[in-house]
Amino acid sequence: MDLSVNFAGIKSPNPFWLASAPPTNSGYQIMKAFDKGWGGAIWKTLGVPVVNVSSRYGSVNYRDSRMVGFNNIELISDRPLKDNLREIEEVKKYFPDHAVIASLMVESREQWHQIVKDAENAGADGHELNFGCPHGMCERGMGSAVGQDPKILELIVGWVMEVAKKPVIVKLTPNISHIEDPALAAKAGGANAVSLINTIQSIVGLDIDNFTAYPKVDGHSTNGGYCGPAVKPIALNLLKNVAKIPNYGLPISGIGGVENWRDAVEFILLGASTVQVCTAVMHYGFGIIREILAGFEQYMIDKGFNSVDEMVGRALPNINTWENLNLKYKIVADINQDKCIGCQLCYIACDDGAHQAIGLSENPEDRKPHIIEENCVGCNLCSLVCPVENCITMQRRDAGNEHLTWKERTIAGDIPDSFDDERGGGVGHHVPEPREAIAYRLK
Amino acid sequence: MSEYNRPVNEQEFEQNFAQIKPLMNNTEAYYESSRCLFCYNAPCVEACPTHIDIPLFIRQINTNNIKGAARTIYDSNYFGNACGKVCPTEVLCEGACVYNLQDVKPIEIGRLQNYATTSAIRNDIKFYSAGKSNGKKVAIIGSGPAGIACACELRKEGVHVDIYEARSNATGLTVNGIAPYKITNDEVLEELAYLQSQFGFNILYNSKIETADDIEKLEKNYDAIFLGVGNGETSKLNIPGEDKTNVHGAVELIEVLRKEHYNTAFGNKVIVLGGGNTAMDAASESARMGAASVKLIYRRSKEEMGAYHFEYELAKEVGVKGIFNAAPLEIMGNGSANAVKFIKTKTKNGKVVTIPGTEFVEECDMVILATGQKNHDYLFDKISNLEMVKNKVKTNNYQTSNPKYFAGGDCMNGGAEVVNAAYEGKFAGKAILSYLEK
Repeated sequence: MDLSVNFAGIKSPNPFWLASAPPTNSGYQIMKAFDKGWGGAIWKTLGVPVVNVSSRYGSVNYRDSRMVGFNNIELISDRPLKDNLREIEEVKKYFPDHAVIASLMVESREQWHQIVKDAENAGADGHELNFGCPHGMCERGMGSAVGQDPKILELIVGWVMEVAKKPVIVKLTPNISHIEDPALAAKAGGANAVSLINTIQSIVGLDIDNFTAYPKVDGHSTNGGYCGPAVKPIALNLLKNVAKIPNYGLPISGIGGVENWRDAVEFILLGASTVQVCTAVMHYGFGIIREILAGFEQYMIDKGFNSVDEMVGRALPNINTWENLNLKYKIVADINQDKCIGCQLCYIACDDGAHQAIGLSENPEDRKPHIIEENCVGCNLCSLVCPVENCITMQRRDAGNEHLTWKERTIAGDIPDSFDDERGGGVGHHVPEPREAIAYRLK
Repeated sequence: MSEYNRPVNEQEFEQNFAQIKPLMNNTEAYYESSRCLFCYNAPCVEACPTHIDIPLFIRQINTNNIKGAARTIYDSNYFGNACGKVCPTEVLCEGACVYNLQDVKPIEIGRLQNYATTSAIRNDIKFYSAGKSNGKKVAIIGSGPAGIACACELRKEGVHVDIYEARSNATGLTVNGIAPYKITNDEVLEELAYLQSQFGFNILYNSKIETADDIEKLEKNYDAIFLGVGNGETSKLNIPGEDKTNVHGAVELIEVLRKEHYNTAFGNKVIVLGGGNTAMDAASESARMGAASVKLIYRRSKEEMGAYHFEYELAKEVGVKGIFNAAPLEIMGNGSANAVKFIKTKTKNGKVVTIPGTEFVEECDMVILATGQKNHDYLFDKISNLEMVKNKVKTNNYQTSNPKYFAGGDCMNGGAEVVNAAYEGKFAGKAILSYLEK
């Protein structure tokens, strides 16, 4: 299977790149990664070397899963530029067909010119401008401070384009209300591609015994950049927002919580042409690439895709605005009584957290709940909390031949427009009387 | 054949009697607690005789609120630690876990419970204290789980409690009668000390209540009396040869085993008579004490055994062989038993009938009788107006027919688990409190 990609002129044997981060801090790490199967790497951001603190990382664990969310307060490379440039050269010597991209972050026009030339002379295949880092560097007017100001972003991209001979990717910050603005500014500045998302500004958790946050630096902490599996939904949405910009045209490198082949497929179907990974490697090492490659190839075979390009953005046409969704589509939950184990999580989730559409048997021996179909709004909640695979499924109830959207109803003037309008969706839905909640006390 | 060699020192004994529910470490407890679904109206709670809020304490373990978890357990059951280890969880909470219906291993509730309570005990986290004295006095006869639980409940409200214990140790069968691979003596006694340090009840050891004079004194000195005396010695089978030197009652033998450990004398070819849980314990223990052959012989069919299925499985795993539908006729031998003569049986209309001409002989060098226990008639006979029903003390909400007397545990229920005794003792305590208020 040919997985090779050409991303804005940067060629790579596959679309799986290491994001600019601790795993790309050195030539040693990047050569090790290429040897394991990674297609490209964005070098840990180059600039004027920084001084770092210890500790640097914090984690969100969920139940028995570690690092579901991850945050860092590490800055850009703290190594001298010349060491990094020498290693870039060496990596390209051993891996000429792999993508080595220099992540860059400096302040003045002169510095930008110098570092772009230096990276290209060392053999970098392209540049990624770090306008995303939301901790430390932004306090000094760099990183996300640039990404949050489209005008400055456009200006700096312009400086870079004055000298760059290799493709330039602009890395966007998610710490902004409308990511379309910096995405368009990057294009206006002449960038060849964008990548997103950088980390999300975060406090990962508190040390409640010592009244401070993690990670701790001598009893104090600061906000960091959040990443890992927990941020994937946010990354996917921002990716969609950029990919949906009409006539945008720039290729997108997707980043944010990618850990396995499914994640990678999702990013690509939503418009990314390459996918960048960091946290998963920090958790499991470079070897996870074999799971991503194997699963991704199998998916392509199963779906009949011949190239990665064919996959890019395939789901985008089906991602719409709410007003274009079909209001006539009607599904209800169905509980498979043979599979049900009687945990009653669906019952309590629906009764306390949704629409009181699940009932319990009068017989206390029978723990299996049932759907009260006339009250079911088809919200999915019960099927999501059910611990048994395929026990609760959503069954279609409309005939499938009607299509009416909010937008169409609005145009037709058929929408609720006063507080007690009978056209509201909840009219006719059975809601128990408030006092029924404490019926046992009133008896 | 048994897979165990006869233990000759304490270390070997501990190996042969390794805890079947060992203490979880933090990681194991975290992973296991993560699996709990937090069922609504959880069936495990319903299945627990003391109705511990199991999903709550498991979630508390998962959020590293171990103290809170222990509190949740102790609020329902004063013998939370012992019960975590010795409860037949396979047929109680864990048996009710919904995962069973999905062919997924149920949550190890007993071990999680033990994890939380052990942490509280070892760190001496105190949740309760004795109430301000209200001038009332209650005597408790027997320091088993029923008596201790009753004492805790009374002390909480400031009642003075004296527990009269015939033996030199407390907690009754918990320390004297449980198979050693289920709980160690130290674990039992640590929990007792933990409770005593919070509730401050007196235990008077070696203080058997047996004479009319004893009873009279108690009635004079106390406002109420709780009977938590459990069951008595092993019943006779009434067959020839029962008095031979190497014929033992299971309860008596286990008590020696729990004290003497590897020094307890066991035979090499052991026959255990009975089909209840005590018989399973005695058979397992014989195998773990190195007997080359252990035969468990029951007069009814395998399906009719009173023992839990998993207890029989546990015995089989250590090499015990079951023989069913065989009733003992005679214990043979000169001075000491060297064989037992049986006759085959069948069950007809619920009754055991022997099949003429089917006698057979099994050789042995030790016989253990696990065929039920007597009650404490010597005591009950001396209490005026104390009604019995089927050899059990008759009660109504734990109060006996003599209104000054209350009862709970084996002497009331006929013989059940530690958890039942702990529950009944606690609620008998509540009943006594409302009696004392009148």
